Amino acid sequence: MNETIYWILWLIASFILCPLLPGIINKVKAFFAGRKGPSIFQLYYDLFKLLKKGSVISNTSGGLLKLAPCVSLAAIAVAALLLPLGIVNSPLSFEGDIIVFFYLLGTARLLTVWGALDTGSSFEGMGASREMQFSALAEAAIFGIIGCIAALTRKCDLTMLPATAFSGSISAVAILLCALAFFIVLLMENCRVPADDPNTHLELTMIHEAMILDYAGPDLALILYGASLKLWLFASFFVILLFPAIQVGLLISSLLFIGGIIATVVAVGIIESCMARYRFIKVPQMLIGAFGLSLISLFFLIFFDGGIK
Amino acid sequence: MEHLIDFILALFLITNLMMAASSRLMHCIKIVVLQGILLGLLPLFLGHIEASHLIAALLNISIKGIALPYLLVAAIKRADVCRELEPLVGYSTSLIIVLLFFAVSFWLGTKLPAEEPHLRLATPTAVATMLTGLFIVMARRKAITQAIGFLTFENGISLFGTGRMLDFGVAIELGILLDVLVLVFVMGIAVMRIKREFQHIDSDKLHFLGDNQKEAE
Repeated sequence: MNETIYWILWLIASFILCPLLPGIINKVKAFFAGRKGPSIFQLYYDLFKLLKKGSVISNTSGGLLKLAPCVSLAAIAVAALLLPLGIVNSPLSFEGDIIVFFYLLGTARLLTVWGALDTGSSFEGMGASREMQFSALAEAAIFGIIGCIAALTRKCDLTMLPATAFSGSISAVAILLCALAFFIVLLMENCRVPADDPNTHLELTMIHEAMILDYAGPDLALILYGASLKLWLFASFFVILLFPAIQVGLLISSLLFIGGIIATVVAVGIIESCMARYRFIKVPQMLIGAFGLSLISLFFLIFFDGGIK
Repeated sequence: MEHLIDFILALFLITNLMMAASSRLMHCIKIVVLQGILLGLLPLFLGHIEASHLIAALLNISIKGIALPYLLVAAIKRADVCRELEPLVGYSTSLIIVLLFFAVSFWLGTKLPAEEPHLRLATPTAVATMLTGLFIVMARRKAITQAIGFLTFENGISLFGTGRMLDFGVAIELGILLDVLVLVFVMGIAVMRIKREFQHIDSDKLHFLGDNQKEAE
């Protein structure tokens, strides 16, 4: 019962704290560029500003444009209910929920794409097409990672990995490879630099930004908030992939969890500061590379760690 | 120690993937250097250090980490190329094919049980590296990339020798190392000559042998 209350507190904290993450990334980038940079609370100010504004809806829209931000945010929020937060398993988790988790995030993306197509603008259609192409490849990598987790735990649940998985040398290496593959997926799914540039408004290079150009006011606020919540979920998944399920007390696991998330986004910021965006032709290769990493770790587990002999 | 060996071998597999996907020649050379250094470090983690291991490590690192890249970089500068522009097999396809090689070699690795349990990943990694090297020799046009593919192949052979802990492994390895050194040396000179004659180093355009310039074109 104690753990359930602790998990609910972390769930509320996640909903409140997630707009900090883009702020931290921007602060890291500003530090590397030698600037002062915007405050890490900038996204909160933006969200409040946007909520007070009105919005204009395209005449060609059939209604999906207005619906998409709410539904996609709702899907991401439901996905948050399944994730182990604060390094404690979710009380709502059930057999096979890892697939539900990733497909809820997929639903959120699908709604954003539909909303983009609904505007009737060919430019947004282009962004939607790019987003779907890359996310289809990222899904292969995600399935490789799910396969590895299933091979390690013999279950398809969104739970912490058992501590024994980290003691075997091959499975420890396999987990590291999986985490690396997931980090690449994280960069692509959250439109960070090697795959997409969140700052650009240059039509040739936009993926995610191209899809949300027609939104303004409260709708844009929902989309920005949803994106930061998605980044929080991906960062937490990355953290729980790397920490074994051991009892260390709730305070220490809280510190580990928040420290892990901040470390993850700082790493994203550092990568963003010292790498250029890849050409489009290189992004599928990066994602196939991530798929390859997860496949290598799957081979390790299947052939050498008590799988098929 | 065991963790480190598995970690080095996993890094080896990652370098193979990067090799299949990178189009810049300098990047390919850096990857081969990394492989050479990893290969040199591997015998030091076997648990019992012998003099022959130390010699092999020293020679591997000094030749593969310093001498060969120096020769290759010199050849690239003289031939004035920096990219493999039109490979015979595209980079995404190459990645997928290399992944298939990994699957085959891991299956093979289970058929060839290792001498020692902590080296069980060495045989599949070695076979995967050899296959990747041979594939790069086949799938790329530029003579220099083919030389780099051959070096990868040779890294795989050395890894196989280390992993199976063969008798006289070190002696054979040093022999191969000498061969490769000579090969890269000759390759560097050949690349320069080809470049001077034909203004390019695409080996698939060199169909004819002969003194007649018109026939060769």
